[in-house]
Order: sequence, then structure tokens, then C-alpha cells
Amino acid sequence: MKKQAIRLRVNGDDVEVDVASARLLLDVLREDLGLTGTKRGCDDSSCGCCAVLIDGVPMLSCAALAASYEGCEIATIEGLGAASALDPVQEGFVECAGAQCGFCTPGFMITAVALLKRNPNPSLDEIREALSSNLCRCTGYMQIYESVRFAIEKHQRESEHAAGIPAGARR
Amino acid sequence: MVMTDAHTKIVGLGKYADDLTAPGMLIARILHSPHAHARILSIDASRALALPGVEAVATGKDAPTPYGILPIGHDECVFAVDKARYIGDNVAAVAATSAEIAEQALDLIRVEYEPLPAFFDPEESMKAESNWIHESRANNIEKEYHHVFGDPEAAFREADFVAEQRYFAGEVNHAAMEPHATLAIWEPNEHMTVYSSTQVPYYLHRTISEVCEMPMNQIRVIKPLIGSGFGGKSEVIPLEIAASVLAKKTKKPVKITYTREEVFYAHRGRPRTIVNLKMGITREGKIAAVEARVVQDGGAYCGFGPVTVLYSGALLGAIYDVPAVRYDGYRVLTNKPACGAMRGHGTVNVRFAFESMLDHLARQAGLDPADVRRKNLLKAPCITVNGLRVTSYGLPECIEKVVARSGWNAKRGKLPYGKGIGIACSHYVSGAANPIIRSNMPHTTVNIKIDRDAVVTVYSGASDIGQGSDTMQVQIIAEVLGVRPGRVKLISADTELTPIDLGSYSSRVTFMAGNACIDAAKKMREQIFAALAEKFASKADELECVDEVIRKKNGAGQGISFEEGVALAIDRHGALSSQGTYSPPEEARGGKFKGAGVGPSPSYSYSAQVAEVTVDPETGHVCVDKIVAAHDCGKALNPMAVEGQVIGSVYMGFGQAMQEEMIWHGGRLMNPSLLEYRIPTTLENPEIECIIVESHDPEGPFGAKEAGEGSLAATIPAIANAIFDAVGVRIATVPFSPEVVLDAIKKKQKLTGTNGRSAGKKPASGDGSSGGAA
Repeated sequence: MKKQAIRLRVNGDDVEVDVASARLLLDVLREDLGLTGTKRGCDDSSCGCCAVLIDGVPMLSCAALAASYEGCEIATIEGLGAASALDPVQEGFVECAGAQCGFCTPGFMITAVALLKRNPNPSLDEIREALSSNLCRCTGYMQIYESVRFAIEKHQRESEHAAGIPAGARR
Repeated sequence: MVMTDAHTKIVGLGKYADDLTAPGMLIARILHSPHAHARILSIDASRALALPGVEAVATGKDAPTPYGILPIGHDECVFAVDKARYIGDNVAAVAATSAEIAEQALDLIRVEYEPLPAFFDPEESMKAESNWIHESRANNIEKEYHHVFGDPEAAFREADFVAEQRYFAGEVNHAAMEPHATLAIWEPNEHMTVYSSTQVPYYLHRTISEVCEMPMNQIRVIKPLIGSGFGGKSEVIPLEIAASVLAKKTKKPVKITYTREEVFYAHRGRPRTIVNLKMGITREGKIAAVEARVVQDGGAYCGFGPVTVLYSGALLGAIYDVPAVRYDGYRVLTNKPACGAMRGHGTVNVRFAFESMLDHLARQAGLDPADVRRKNLLKAPCITVNGLRVTSYGLPECIEKVVARSGWNAKRGKLPYGKGIGIACSHYVSGAANPIIRSNMPHTTVNIKIDRDAVVTVYSGASDIGQGSDTMQVQIIAEVLGVRPGRVKLISADTELTPIDLGSYSSRVTFMAGNACIDAAKKMREQIFAALAEKFASKADELECVDEVIRKKNGAGQGISFEEGVALAIDRHGALSSQGTYSPPEEARGGKFKGAGVGPSPSYSYSAQVAEVTVDPETGHVCVDKIVAAHDCGKALNPMAVEGQVIGSVYMGFGQAMQEEMIWHGGRLMNPSLLEYRIPTTLENPEIECIIVESHDPEGPFGAKEAGEGSLAATIPAIANAIFDAVGVRIATVPFSPEVVLDAIKKKQKLTGTNGRSAGKKPASGDGSSGGAA
């Protein structure tokens, strides 16, 4: 099968991979780049386990042909947060038990990070709406909502801190 | 306490079976039967083998040894030997250098079939005179059990209100987010290492040994992270053996990962169930007798089938004080994928029927359904009518908590037409008191090692499948030793390193591995204290370790750090080790009748739930607004984890109640994908509130018992009873799809000659049962 070389920027690193035209981004990430944090849970783009950020937009990597994303910035679960600090969404999933088996967790966190970027203070309904294309079979979602709320509050505390508002003045 | 493996999971570094690779790894794919029932006349794999990149093709001839999770049910081979018994049955497998080549090769295998008459409906299948699915199972009945406890005939005569109804529950699948995957690595010296998505490494270890004809000591089974199981990984699944057979054949690493469609066809989920139930209660609301005939559509192989049908009987009446029970259970073979264990194993569909009928009878008697449940409580400690030993019983408190929290008294019977509230209860075992393979071996063994680095290393065979059992064990051992959890390192579920644990099924891990951890940690503590007695000039039992400081219990003198204490003990003994075990007590193992082995548990959990719904009488659409669930887990060792388990159970019950069903047509699954099977998303899922009730079981680890399954079964009848409260119709068919609910509403309107609004609400009598199976 004819392959072409494409360049991607994955979690801040420039990579070049040879891909067949039909090769899925999911397979490039998992098999060619060894980034197995992104999961495959279904055959028909219905579970959300493979969500990644492509130029900041959450997309299903199982429905994305790698060759179409030449030059794009891809963020996977491995690239969330800084080297020394977790993203508040990741912290939330730890502190509030948003992850049980953990298989759907990367997809949920990718979606949640994207949500909070475009809407830093979503209502419960907005959280539910945003996460509705990710399936979780363990949690019944309640602790996932709490995990996202944890991140929202942490973001708020940090921005207040940055703005010089003393702790507690919010109330 | 946060989960010990949470960090690994949220940074994406945790490895699940499909994430693993090995140098030179082959990828295998399985050829499935297109026929529901057919004799295999010949298989020609020569063209497949000739395809460049194909390294091996395996068929039934390569592994003809039958196996099965139950000793009485060794009826499946990894690849069909004589005939295929369902669409999707495994016929052959190809190992190749890439998935694409393996898939191409499948198309090149020529199989000659002779189709046979097939059976898809269990009640029809039971009548079959010939062409039985397994020749040794006459009339396609895998197993039947007939149990009578007390005197049902006399008891029914005493009853003031008696009801009979046929209930029907569709088939459901675990739909764990991780599709099954196995990587089998052939090692030098004729050894094999198998990484697999399993809840039962020990049973897998045994089965690979039997089928691959290799001694167990040449096989190592390792359970990596598991993307949950819910029972779907609690018996040996064909791909696990297929990968092992191909690894042995090619002497290379072989990986197989199921597609989601294959997961649905591998199945082992909750069987389609028909329950004919009869129940009588007295005017005061006391249950007089219960009679059930249960037919389970088991699919083509035995699997856990006899256990499922026995659980349906054993847990039928045992939640309440029921004086008389008659149970007739049939596990029937059909030409569909085998059913098996799924969360709430065996109890869920009978509990739906039972709690629905109890609600109906309560209303007939003019009683509050919550009150009727209060009137039938057991008085623990006690032995139920069928010989189950109940040591702790938080059900009364569960009922009071959900009644108070939901506003039951203010809402019951007072909500407007279309709005309803319903209550139901359920229970479950904290592990089976009898092992699957009868032996006197402890059900769990845990070893602890402490070396000079003062790390407490725990070796446990218990399988964390996402429920948090690794965390539970770390927590218990840290608590008993008086050290911080970060000092405890757990090595789990690796048959080469960890002692035997029977697996993660029937909610056994907290109770059994938890008790074994306490046992091992206490012995370790004694050993350390004994070595330090001289230094402290006191007896070993006068010492304690609190927050990593070893000191005299009476507070006299200086303490020393845990690390110092361990160093002194190691100076004396060398590296420290201890072992703990758990075996269920003899008294917990149940009666002596045929089938008495299933149902007994060292302890039972309890749940009560109230559901609130809004029903649109024009469309039959039911919206579940809220569910309040109270669960008696004995003692919540980790409340956040318990809440996650209870809410997750309710969620899964909600899915079965409202929208999940495997739909079959001629042995073909019509919805083998997550898109069409429709597990609930964030949009459908109701608000679920969990209330933890702690009854402090006398034998549980720190009083704990199960939390992961028992709440599921109450959800379905709580919703059904709320639907009745809302629109006055009894739904006897699960799931409560708009079609089923609308049909019931229309039938009732026809019967009463009204639009339903006036007559539908709070009828004095008559139950308007409907749902197609009636």
C-alpha cells in the first residue's frame, strides 16, 4: 500500500510518520507513536474513548484519517497538564473518583478540558451536554460531574489568586 | 482515599491488555460461524496459509479439549470441533504479521457447513425432540432445579391476596468500555506468558493449561489494568484460548483484540428471562408464600448458566422473612451466544418481578408499599427459609433512609397524573461461600514482605477490574500496620508472583481478600512487635504502631519509627514475611439439597431505592427524574469508592430498565454496537443519590461487605412501581420502552373506557398488567 510522510505536532513534539491514506489517526497515535493513553472502545465512533484535541478541538481519532491532519497540533491524554503539574481536570478525576476502570477517562478528560476552555463556568446541564458523546459504564456519571466541578473551582481559585483577590472574599 | 492507581490512569500511562506489544508480535483474527446451528463438514485453510504474512491457522483440531467455567459444564471448545452452535461461534483463527493480512486470510478459509434446525426461543427449544444443541442435554435443557421450602400450598391458603403474573426481561450485555484483549507470549523453554483482560486469572491459568496441554507451571497469567468487566470477563473467553493456542503453534507473541461487535457476540451477559410469579400476602401485609417458575434463555453453551438459575431461586425470597417458597428454574440452551454472569448475577430479573408484585399486592391490600416491606423484614442474625445465614441486615435502615430522603410520605399517591414515585429493595452476596471448583483451599491468600527499605510489599491474587480492590487492600494493610498507605506497595494478579485468589466475581473481593489482608497484616505486626519486645522491655501485645510510630500502648517511654522497628526486626529474622488467608466459615456454606451450593455467602448486602418518574401518556415515554439509593455495605472502608459502586449499579439498572436490550432475529444480533445498543449517556441518566448504610457485619473486614452489585436489582422495579404510581399501569416487560408503556396505557384506557387520567391514577384494585409477555 502506498504511504505518504506526514508531519504532526503531537503533545508539543514534531513527529513525522509514514501513513497509508486510509490509516486512522487513532492507529498512528497508538501503534506508530506508542501513545496508548488514547483508547478504542467501539467500532463505530460511538464511545468517545479515542477523543483527542486537534488544534484545540475535541475530535474522535477513530474517525480521523491521519493524512488529513498534516501540520496539525494534536493533544492526547499524555500531553494534558504540564510536566510538573496536572491539569485541574486530571486532578478532579483523581480527587472525585471520576475514574474507576479508567478506560473512558482519557476521552472524558479531553472533552472536559475543551469544554472549560470555551466555557470556564458551565452549568450542570452544559457539562452533561458537552460530555454526552463520551460513554462511561462504571461511574453512572455523577462523580464525573463532580470531577469537572472540582476543575472549575480550581480554575476559579487560581484566576482569583492571579487577580489578587484574597481567598474567601468571593463569598 | 483516592484510588492508588488513579494517577497512572489520568496521565494515560496505565497499560490495558490491548496497549501491550512484544517484539515480533503477530495479530490474530477469528473466523466466526455464519450459521446458528450447523455441522462442520470440512475446513480448508490452504489458501489462507499461502497468503504472505500468515504464520498460522488454528482450527478445532488444534485444541479439541472442551472447557467451561463450571466443572459440570465443560461443553465448549475454543474452535468448534463438530458443529457451530450460534452465529458468531468460533471456527478458526489466523495469526499474521498484521491485522489487515489476518482479516484477508479469514476470507480465504473455506468451511463447508451442513445447516441444522436452530432454536431461538427457550420455551420452544425445551420442546425439541431432536437436533439438540448438545447431544447430552435432552430437550435442550442445560439444567433444571426444583426447590420447595416451607409449605407453599398451605401458606397460599392463609393468604388474603394472591396475584399471578408472567414477567419478561430482555437480554442485556455488560458493555464494559474495554473490548476484551489478550496477548500471549511464547517464551524460551516452552513457557508462555499471557496478559489478558480477565476478572479470573486463576481460572484462566487452569484452562490454558488444560486446553494447551501444558502444565500450569509453564504458564504465567498476568492481569494488566482492566477496563471493567461486570461479569463479562469472569469466565474464560474464547480469544484468551485462541491467542494461547496460536502462540504455542507459532512460538511467537500473538495478540487478539475483539471488535465491539465481537464483544457482543462473545457476550456472557444477563439472559433473556421469563418469570411466572405467584405471591400471596395477608391482609396485614405479611408475605405468606412465593412461587416462581423461571426460564432463562442461556444461549449455546453452559458457561455460568446453572449458577445463574440457582441464584434466581436462592435469592428469590431470602431478602425478606418469607415462610414458604417454591422454585422451578430452567436453564435452556438456544442457538445464540452463551449468557453468563452479569452484575447482580441471577437476581436482577426475579427481583424485578418480585418487587413489582409486592407493590401490586400492597396496593390491593390498601397498604403503603414501604410499610409492607417493613412488615416482612428478617430479624438478623437468622437463617432464611432456604438455609442462608444472615449475619447483618441493614435493610430496615435503608428503607427508612430512602423514605425520608425522597419525601415518600408526602409524595406517595399525591403526585399529579403522569408523575409517580416507586420503592423497591434488593440484596446480594458478599462472595460465594462455596468455590466454583470444590476444594478445601482458602478462597484467598495474601502475602506480605518487608525488606530493609521498609516498603510493605503485598502480593495478592485479587483482580482489580476498576472497582478499586487494589486500593482497598492497601488501605486495610496500612490501617492494621499503622503506616501511611504510601508505604504499601501492592503487586496483584500475576500467577507467577501472587498467591491464589479465585477472582473478581460475585462481589467477593472486599470481604475475602480484605479479611486475608487483615490476617496477613496482623501476623506481620505480631512478628515485628515480638522482635521489638526486648528493646521496649515489654510484651509484644503491649506495643502498637500509630502513624508510623511504634510505641507502648500505655504511652510510656519513647517510640521508634516504623522504619527503625522494621530494621531491628530484620536484623533478627532477615526480611520479614507473613501470610493471610480467608475461608468462609462452615456455617455459611448453606444446606445439603441439590443446588444448595449457590446462594450461600458469608454475608449479604442490602439496598432500598425510591425512583421518581414523569410519564408522557401520549407517547409512553418515561423520564426517570431521580433515584435515591441506600445501600448497606456493612462499613464503607472508602466512602467515595462505595458511592461510585452504588451509583454505577443504579446506572446499569437504569439502563436495563429503560433502554438496553439485545435484539435478536434468527440468531443474528440486530444491535451489536454501542450506537444501537444504547447504554445511557449523560443525557438520559437520571440524578442518582447514594446513601451509605453501615450495619457492621461481624465477620466482614472492619465490618464491610459488598457494594458493587447489590443495588442494581432494586432500580428496575423501583422505576416500574413509579410508572404505576404515575399512570396506573403495571409494566411486566423490561425494558420499559415507550412502545411497551404506551401499549399498556392504551389497553388500560380501553378497559376502563376513559382517557386514563381519572381512572388511571391510584386504582383501588386491578393491576392492568401488560407488556407483551402476559
